Amino acid sequence: MNLLQQIEAEMVAARERKTTDVRPGDVVKVHVRIKEGDKERIQIFEGTVIRIKKGGFRTTLTVRKVSAGVGVERIFPASSPNVSKIEVVTRHKVRRAKLHFLRSLTGKAARLKPVGQIRR
Amino acid sequence: MNSKIGLIGRKIGMTQLFDENAEVIPVTVIQLGPCPVLRVKTAGSRDGYDALQLGFGDKKANRTNRPDMGQFKKAGLENALKVVREFRVDAETAAKTEQGTVLTVGDVFAAGDRIDVVGTSKGRGYAGVMKRHHHAGFERSHGVHEFFRHGGSIGTRLTPGMTLKGMKMPGQMGNARVTVQNMVVAKIDTERNLAFIRGGVPGPNGGVVTVRKTVKKA
Repeated sequence: MNLLQQIEAEMVAARERKTTDVRPGDVVKVHVRIKEGDKERIQIFEGTVIRIKKGGFRTTLTVRKVSAGVGVERIFPASSPNVSKIEVVTRHKVRRAKLHFLRSLTGKAARLKPVGQIRR
Repeated sequence: MNSKIGLIGRKIGMTQLFDENAEVIPVTVIQLGPCPVLRVKTAGSRDGYDALQLGFGDKKANRTNRPDMGQFKKAGLENALKVVREFRVDAETAAKTEQGTVLTVGDVFAAGDRIDVVGTSKGRGYAGVMKRHHHAGFERSHGVHEFFRHGGSIGTRLTPGMTLKGMKMPGQMGNARVTVQNMVVAKIDTERNLAFIRGGVPGPNGGVVTVRKTVKKA
């Protein structure tokens, strides 16, 4: 392990949120800390994980949802202190790692096939 | 001229940090020091100017010639050092620094400091104008042939009858000394002599860089 990997491994170990098993195709609830003035609250963003850019400490998740008929995508740095929790709601069977094809599909065509029980 | 103190280091690579607003800061990790002071030059002495000679990195003794080894011994070192560089400093710094003291990141820098970083950029070899000067090249079609990545005209006719100096042409790209001014130290790890510097630093991972307080005004 080189020094840079070591530094990143330490930062992963030091981060508050423990790693959850998230995969492309999962419907997740991302708990995001939001600061309003001096108050802090948690906002939940629920959607499908369409892309995971792996990189240890630098991992990001792209979560897509359709809100009021408009597609919304947010990219979350997995190590961000603002992401307090990631919950997997349902897992779907997908055959590729990047689900960008979902962007061009709407309604019934944009459904994914669920897989059995999720272990949490 | 920069007459502020600095250190020699090695670029480790890039990663990310999060600031207090949980925003990503891209950082370059540099192993800075420990740098033993090999010699102190002062304006009052035979040297005629104020400077510190610093060393960095280990080198095998059997790879070092005797005159160099003698210089290291004189500074009280047992091993040889790979890189030796001189930093012009002000008279005050030169006066209070002693030969043989070992400078570390914590002695010189703190988080939030503004710094200049000097490195040797990655060599791109003999590069054409498109890569070297971002020229646009020529069209791929419409009758253009054997001329896709050329530079175009390099001058006019009888007036002035020559190619002007400094015309952008192909040539060696990279592998040159590059300074990036006014960078910010994001974090310091005194235990492992690491500095986390906001942004990119010239040169490949593992390249030698010198870091000193910036010449820019605050």
